[in-house]
Formats: sequence, C-alpha cells, structure tokens
Amino acid sequence: MPDPPAKPKVALYWCASCGGCEEAVVDLAEGVLSVLNAVDIVFWPVAMDFKRRDVEALADGAIRAALLNGAIRTSEQEEMARLLRRKSQVVVAFGACAQLGGVPSLANQFDREQILDYIYAQSPTVVNDQGARPVSAYREGDRVATLPEFWRTTRALDQVIEVDYYVPGCPPTPKLLGQALATLLSDELPPKGTVLAPDTALCEECPRKDSKPEDLSVKTFKRPHLTPMDAALCFLAQGIVCMGPATRSGCEGLCIQGAMPCTGCFGPTSRVRDQGAKALSALASSVEGKEDREIESALAGIPDPVGTFYRYGLAKSLLRGKVGHLCSDRPESIKTGSMESRL
Amino acid sequence: MSEAREPRIVGFFCSWCTYTAADLAGVSRMKYAPNIRVIRVMCSGRIDPQFVLKAFACGADGVLIGGCHPGDCHYIEGNYKCLRRFRLLTRLLRDLGIEEGRCRLEWISAAEGDKVRTVVNDMAARLRALGPLDAPGRFRDWGKDLEELEHAMAGEGPGESSRAIEPARNE
Amino acid sequence: MGLAKGSPRTGFYICHCGTNIADTVDVDAVRRHAEELPGVVVSCDYKYMCSDPGQELIIQDIKEHRLERVVVAACSPLLHEATFRGAVERGGLNPFLFHMVNIREQDAWVHEDRAQATRKARDLIRAAIRRVAYHRPLERMRVGVNPNTLIIGGGIAGINAALNLSMAGKRVYLVEREPTIGGHMAKYDKTFPTLDCAACILTPKMSAVRDSRNIVLWTYSEVEKIDGYIGNFRVQVRRKPRYVDEETCVGCMQCVDACIYKDARFPSEFELGLKKRKPVYMPFPQAVPPVVAIDPKTCLHFKTGKCKEPCKEACARDSIRFDQREVVEEIEVGQIIVATGFQTFDPARLPQYGYGEFPNVYTSLEIERLVNASGPTGGQVLLRNGQVPQSVGILHCVGSRDENTNRWCSTVCCMTALKLAHLVKEHTGATVYSFYIDMRCTGKGYEEFYDRMMREGVQFVRGRVGEVRDWEMAPEEEGKLVLRVEDTLAGFVRRIPVDLVILAVGMEPRADAEAVQRMLHISRSNDGFFLERHPKLAPVETTTDGVYLAGCCQGPKDIPSAVAQGSAAAAHVLAMISKGHIELEPNTVAVLDDCSGCKTCIPLCPYHALTLNEESKKAQVNLALCKGCGTCAAACPSGSITQNLFEDEQIDAEIEETLAHV
Repeated sequence: MPDPPAKPKVALYWCASCGGCEEAVVDLAEGVLSVLNAVDIVFWPVAMDFKRRDVEALADGAIRAALLNGAIRTSEQEEMARLLRRKSQVVVAFGACAQLGGVPSLANQFDREQILDYIYAQSPTVVNDQGARPVSAYREGDRVATLPEFWRTTRALDQVIEVDYYVPGCPPTPKLLGQALATLLSDELPPKGTVLAPDTALCEECPRKDSKPEDLSVKTFKRPHLTPMDAALCFLAQGIVCMGPATRSGCEGLCIQGAMPCTGCFGPTSRVRDQGAKALSALASSVEGKEDREIESALAGIPDPVGTFYRYGLAKSLLRGKVGHLCSDRPESIKTGSMESRL
Repeated sequence: MSEAREPRIVGFFCSWCTYTAADLAGVSRMKYAPNIRVIRVMCSGRIDPQFVLKAFACGADGVLIGGCHPGDCHYIEGNYKCLRRFRLLTRLLRDLGIEEGRCRLEWISAAEGDKVRTVVNDMAARLRALGPLDAPGRFRDWGKDLEELEHAMAGEGPGESSRAIEPARNE
Repeated sequence: MGLAKGSPRTGFYICHCGTNIADTVDVDAVRRHAEELPGVVVSCDYKYMCSDPGQELIIQDIKEHRLERVVVAACSPLLHEATFRGAVERGGLNPFLFHMVNIREQDAWVHEDRAQATRKARDLIRAAIRRVAYHRPLERMRVGVNPNTLIIGGGIAGINAALNLSMAGKRVYLVEREPTIGGHMAKYDKTFPTLDCAACILTPKMSAVRDSRNIVLWTYSEVEKIDGYIGNFRVQVRRKPRYVDEETCVGCMQCVDACIYKDARFPSEFELGLKKRKPVYMPFPQAVPPVVAIDPKTCLHFKTGKCKEPCKEACARDSIRFDQREVVEEIEVGQIIVATGFQTFDPARLPQYGYGEFPNVYTSLEIERLVNASGPTGGQVLLRNGQVPQSVGILHCVGSRDENTNRWCSTVCCMTALKLAHLVKEHTGATVYSFYIDMRCTGKGYEEFYDRMMREGVQFVRGRVGEVRDWEMAPEEEGKLVLRVEDTLAGFVRRIPVDLVILAVGMEPRADAEAVQRMLHISRSNDGFFLERHPKLAPVETTTDGVYLAGCCQGPKDIPSAVAQGSAAAAHVLAMISKGHIELEPNTVAVLDDCSGCKTCIPLCPYHALTLNEESKKAQVNLALCKGCGTCAAACPSGSITQNLFEDEQIDAEIEETLAHV
C-alpha cells in the first residue's frame, strides 16, 4: 500500500511535571484536530498507546520534533530524554520545568536523603511503621521488579541533553504552543537555543502597567494572602512582590488578570543569566531606607527569597540549589520542620 | 587538589573609594593576603547580585564588595542601593547554603588603604577556617548520576543499588 | 599562539616598571602565559610601558599586526589608563578597545611571595584579555563649559584665585560666610619670616576684589546646594540679611556712632572677643565690602521692636534696611574652587594648659590681635590687669603631633611662635621662652629667622610643657603662671614662672567640612581635610572633575603655599575654560529596545538622566546627565540597560577567567 506523503513525526513526553503542560496541549481544543492533520504523533504516553519499544524501533532522527515537559529527576526520565534526543531532529523543552527546572527543582534545596526521609517518614500524613523505602530493584525468587533511580538533584532538560528550543510557561499557553508548532513545522527555524516567546518583560503587556508609579519606595513588602488587594493597581505599588519586571512576557498577564501577581514562570529574558538575582536586585533597589534596620523591616515581607525568586528556575539558576555544607551536614533542618514552614 | 586549597576571593570595588584605597595600600607598600582578585566598577551601585552568584558559581570562596562610606558616594546614593541589595542577597545566600562570612560588604574610603589590608587579611583567614565552597565541584557531582546511568545503559543492569531489601508495604 | 575562532587579534604588553613590578612578579612567565591565550597575537614585556618607546611599541604593533584589542598590565588604571588609551588611539584603534590590568598597586606592591603574586597577575591578565574581546568602539561626548567660576571662601587662597581669574576676564562668584573677606590672614599682624605687615599686603588684594568688575562678591553668604557636573554646575547660595543695603552703604560709620548703645558691649567676632562692638558694626576698618552689618541677636530693634532707630536717622544714604530678607541666589558655573580654610585648635580641650581657666593664657591667634596696632589694645601686649608682662612662655604644638588630639604637624605654628616671640619681645621687652618639640622651619628664609630669634635672645627650651598652673612653690613663682616642663636637652624637669602664656594652636579642618564634602561629592583624608586627587601630581584637583582645592581646607600650609595653590586652581579653571568643552567618559548607559517600561530604573538615577518616553512607554536616557555609575544597569530586572565599558558580558568574562585556574 503506497504511503501518502509522510507527515512530520512528532513526539510528546512528560518527565517530572504536574501534567499541566499536557493539559496545555488539550487546551488547544479543536485546534488539536488541525495539529493531528498536520503531524503524525508517534509517541504521547498521556494520550496514546505507544510504548518505548515503538520509539526505539524508529530510525535515529526520524522524529521531526519531540516536545518534552517536566524536569529530570529519575533515571527513567533521563533514559527517555536521551532516547528521544537520538530519535528527533529537534527537541523542545516545553514548559517551565523542562526549561528551567520548575517547581520540582526547588527540591534542590534538600538532598535526596532529606527528601526521602520526609516523604516516607517525617511528613505528618505518612503512616509507615515498617519504615519502608523505595528500592530500585526487588528480587523475589527469580523475578526482579525494578523502579527508576531517584537522582540526587532535579535538572532542567538541557542539563541532561541538548535542547534546540524552549517554550516557557507553567504551563505554556495554547497560543504559544500553536505558534511553536507552526514555527517548528516551517522551513525557517529560528537560531538554536531560542525561547519561543517575546523577549521583553511582562510589564510590557501587563494590564496594570500604567498604574505603576515611577518611584516605588517600598516601605514594607506584603504577602498576597495577608493583605487586601486593589483590583486595578500595580502589585508592586501595593507592596506585593510581583516577578513581572523580571519575567519574560508572552502569557498575556494571565495571573494578573486573575488578580494574582506574577510568580515568574516564563523565566528571565535572554539578557538575564539569573532571574532570581535580577528580581532581587530590582526589588531591593526600590526599597526605602538607608539604615540596616529600615531596610530589613521592608525586606522582612520576603521571608523566603529562594522560593520567591526561583520558584520556577532553581535548577537553571547560577547556583542551581543549595551549595554549601549545610546541605549534607545538617539533615536535622528538615526534621525540625523547616520544610513544612516553606509550604 | 588534595592539599588545603587557598581561599579565592573576588572583590568588586567601586572606583572612587575602595579601588582608590587599594591603590593607596599599594603606594604605601602595605602587605596583605594574595587571595583577592579585584574587579573594578565605577560604583558599588553597579554590582549586580548576578555578579556575586556568578563568582561563587565559578569557584570563588568569598566575595568582597567595597564601596564608599554612607553619605560619601561619588554618585550620591549608589552605595545605599548596593546596601539594600546586599541585605536581601545575604539572606538568599544563606538559604542557598552559603555562610554569611563568604559575602562581605565593606565601606572603605579612598584614604583607608589600611582598611583594605585588614579586611582582606581577615576575610582570607575566615575563609580558610570555613573551608572551600567549591560550587564547581558540586556541579561536577551532578554529573555522577549520569555516569551511573551510562553504566546501567551499558547493560550492567541496575548496579550496586539493586540490593534486595525487605518488602515493605503499608497494608 | 593559536588564534581561537572568533577571538579578536589582541596585543598584550606587560610593564616591568623598572623593578617595581618585575621584582615581585615573574614578568616573563606572565608574558608567556598570555601568549597561549586565545586571540593573543603579540605578547611582550617592556621596562617602562608608559615611556615614549613603550607606547610606540603599541602603536607599531597595532599597525603591523592589525591588532583589534590591546591589554596593558602595568600600574593602576587610575594613573595611566588615559596614557595608554592615547597610544591606542594614535595607533589608529578606537581607544576603548583597550583594557588595563593593575599589577603594581594591587599586586606587586602588596604581596611578597613571588609565586603568589605571579599567579595573581596571570589570573588578572587572563581576565582582561577575555574581557577586552567584548569591548566595543565608543565615542566621547562633548559638552560645553560654562566660563563662570564659583569660589567658596574669601581667605587669601580664594582671593588670589578670584583675582587670577578676574585678570583673565572671567566671571567669578566669590562666596564668603563672614561679613568680610580676608579670612585668617586679615587677623594677623606681621607675616613671617619677612615681618611685613599682613594688612599692608592683604588689603590691596581685598580692594582689588571689591573693584573688579568680574568678581561678584557675596559675603555673609553660604553655598547651600550644588547640582550638575564639570562645566555645568547649578549652585544655590543663601545670602543672609545684614540689614544694610550693600549697594549704597559706604562704610562711613555714622550709624555706628549713632547707635542707641552708646558703648560697644558685645564681643567682636573679628577680635575673637578681645574687643567689644555695637549691634551695628564694621568687622574691622579695612573690611571688604566696606559695609556695616547689623547683628539681629543684639540689635534692640530686633530684640524689642522698640528702638528709636537712630542709626537709620544718621544714615545719609538710607542704607539701613530692617526689612531685608534672606535671599537664595541661583547661579550656573562651570567649575568650583573650594577655599574654605581651617579653624584653629580649641585649647580648652587640653585642660592642663589652663586656657579659659587662667586669664593670662592666650592662643597665638589672640596674641596676633594684641600685637596689632589696630587691635583691641592698640598694639600693646598687656596682661588682663593692664600690666606689661615681664616674662612670656610660648608653647609649640598645642593640639598638634599628639595622638590624643590631632596627629598631624600643622607646619606653620613653629614659625608663628617664632614670629610672636619676636613681636612680643619687641613690644614688651619681656623674657620670652619658647617650648618646642622640634623646630620645623622649612620654608625659604625660615631657618634664618629661627637663627635670628636665637640671636635676639629668645630662650628656647626643648620639651613639651606638661602643665600650666598657678601654685607657687618658691617666692619667684608668686603671682605667676608656672610651666612644668622636662627640658630634654638638659635632662631634668624645670619649673619656669611666667606672666603670660601663649599657646601656638594647630590647624584643624572646619567643623562643617563634612557637610561641604558631601555637597561637592569630594573626599576627605583621615585627618578630615579635603583630599586631593593625587598627593604628588594632582594636589589641587579632587576626585570630582571641575572641583579644585586651594589653601588650608586641603591641609595646613603657610600663606605662600595657599596663594600658590589658589593660583594653581585658577590655572586649572582657565585651562578648562579656554578649551571650551569637556569630553565625557563614554561609560554611560544605554536602554535597549527590549525595555518593558517597568520604570524600576527611573527613581534610581541620582541625576534624573532616566525618564519614561511617553510614546514608546520605554525608559530613555539623557546622555548629558548620565554620569556612568551603572546603578540602573544593575537594577534593570530584564537586563535591558547596558553600561558601556562595564557590560554584563565584560564583567562576567572577568569573573570567569579570574577564577579559571584550578
């Protein structure tokens, strides 16, 4: 049976992610149909019944584009990332976790033992009298059951394999996804490494832009859940931390429209190496006061700088997570509940 | 790398006060620890927290920021902006596991050559006591996971870690 | 010497600085290290890079090797960056495609271990060579220089600077806090070592200031605020009301005579309280401007509102103006000369000398007034009881050369003390003792003057006086002040009774020097005097372009030095005026098109150089206002502001390379 002209093959895969990026594909709604018309999906575990061996059976480079979402935390995720890299002409890190490490990479503030200890013992909802822990292989007779390895750290996709393009967002908007697909299927690909979103900060398209005063002179930062908020005024003008000035635009201010400040999921612009450091610099510069005491009291409204400034990007930040000795030397810090206090 | 490595300090000095003070220390032939490498900026207000993180990420054990005394900034208030960033940055660094003494802000006027000497000496001694930070070494450790995987993919099966452990179920 | 792909062709030069660098840094090892770095096509060392042949090396290599970048490792860029930029420019390359590495002041001179210093030099030059690859050609911007000059302080230094500028036809605003110019010098009787009368040489200069059409003289005024930068300063001067019309008053003193107070009963500031004045007064007969002033704190009109105001009646020219108000003048000037002078040490801080406790203990400045023919006693040196002293002790170094007070030597007090010894002896015939630590007479004719005093019979005692007391232990001490002193030449402690004690007080920075420093954004040295840009080669300039120092505000000095410095400052000002423009360093910032208009940067700029463009809704920079601090670039959360010569990529490259060795 002669084949019709081959449609470009596309693969979708998820790694350490919440599933929101998969939702984003579904959110294309009827748009999905036109995508299906244009491409041949060869792998999409969340929606279609293909197996790993189906991918392995493809020739290297047979897939036009693989869209991977989620960070890399386990050996399975890493194996799949490498497999798809080999089979694909273009790999796209899709969504904040694949691009920057995402929320899962906040786990880089803790080492593996701390995390396992919390999840399998310390967490208040855990019932685990026998102290069970996951093992990577379990032998019973001559049968072996295996689980993926849980790596020491969470990595962004390009810290594991080469990545050609990035689509930012937690999750990316259907509009960005549609544009990304169109770009990928076109003949003229942008330079490798391009983030497929505008390169200005969110303020550019923020609906509250004009309400931001020139001089903030923040006397104290307030936390959004502890303060009444003006529905039209710039969040920063209200003393509420907004990552918008330090975050790439392209989301059309969805959170702002939903009356919440930007938390930074689109990552930095191309000119910024470390989103958190830049956000910190801009916010701290705008604080009032010349004495340590005044400055500290203004900044006290930012109790967790790492969680605030690196909510989506710790893995790709300059320091990638906790680096000092505290990490391995003081596992008690987690037992005394410091992890809970961050929740 | 087995012998105790000397701490490495990156200095970001404002041109008008602290850099001039460091020149004065030289003109006065004061001797201090050779651990510091100074990067000149026009004003401490130019010091982007990215520079500090970058220095640590590239292997600095300490970062010394030097600016004009409060009220004496050549650019009127740049040093206050530096101070505000520094206060928040110090907390961020602490949460990232970097001890407080590793990033230091000092106001050193153009006339205080001697202060450059004492601060650098003091910082070198403290960093020696703290031991190396070695962020690049930790980043290399990240790669170890990958090596394990490569072994596994090379057909050795799940390696050492495949010890059978008592089945544990919550039933 | 492989040329890595994309690395610009770079020339590297390392200076031995004679042996200054080469003694501590293995220059050849550094040169060889550079040779291996990407892009380096020339790597050489030279004895003195700043010399003509050294610069010629760069110029030739740029042409011969088609260099695209130049790095020089030598002394501090603060010293010779301009020199090498000039050489690079003469070689036909944009001068900003250059970077300088400081391996002298911040390496060779501060380290002893040759291996460590060499390693540091290697790190620094590697950083510079990587950094310079990111440099871009830049142009200096030119702005005009306002030809008017502000001089703060009307002492001899300020007067002299003003006259020099006026002679060249340039407009000067001379601002003096007191009601008259003249400063400390106007209080002196004679000047050492020639003993010519201070008034005779100073008052013609003061009159010349008054008569000059180019000098706008504002006495009883203070500079309040200064904005702007070299060539274009905006200044606010607060002119306090003297309640007299300066235009019409001719200083006839009719009002003073007519004052409701028949007797002068308030301490005269000019006479250091040794004489009384009326509420309406002339500070001293030759005051400039020759205009009286009314002190509202003592004038009956201001105190009670019920004075008959005979002064007003007496004035034929209707110059008394009780309704005068404070005025704030706004002026624009191109350059500023700071000549705010000094204050004398307050000896009450040293209670062992009994100043304020014993009436016959005077400061040297007070004695200047007493020996002055127009002074409170008409030139007689008298004890408080009106008698002529038989014996006088002069203490050197009061408040100077002492860790408990001021550590520095005030340089002129030895000569002042010698001069007063002569004058007191001349006026009274008393026995004069001079107590000194070291005799510092280092100017022209000064040592000869000391010699003359020895021949005139002044009793010199080498030793610091321990205390001045009035307890008598022997009949000859009765009613006298007794100086206890270790005579370090004789080797025993002496008690010397005298009638009069003179404390040769040292010089200190003005109490408000800190406020002036902040207003001008200049620096002060540890002693509190204003800091010159370079102790040897730029003793008149400051770290702020267009602001110069003259006289004792920069440190203690004698009159000829203050005069010379005033002229030197004027020469700097004139040089700049005649050049007509200044070239601004191009380390300004640029806002990229990618700016999101978040406005973070706008309030951070101390010079208001950043504004929001209402059309594009993006930030924009006024380059004439930007002074290149880079604060906005550090704060811009989307990385949309770059600072020339301090771009992120350039500094990142420095950080990476300086830490690149293992």
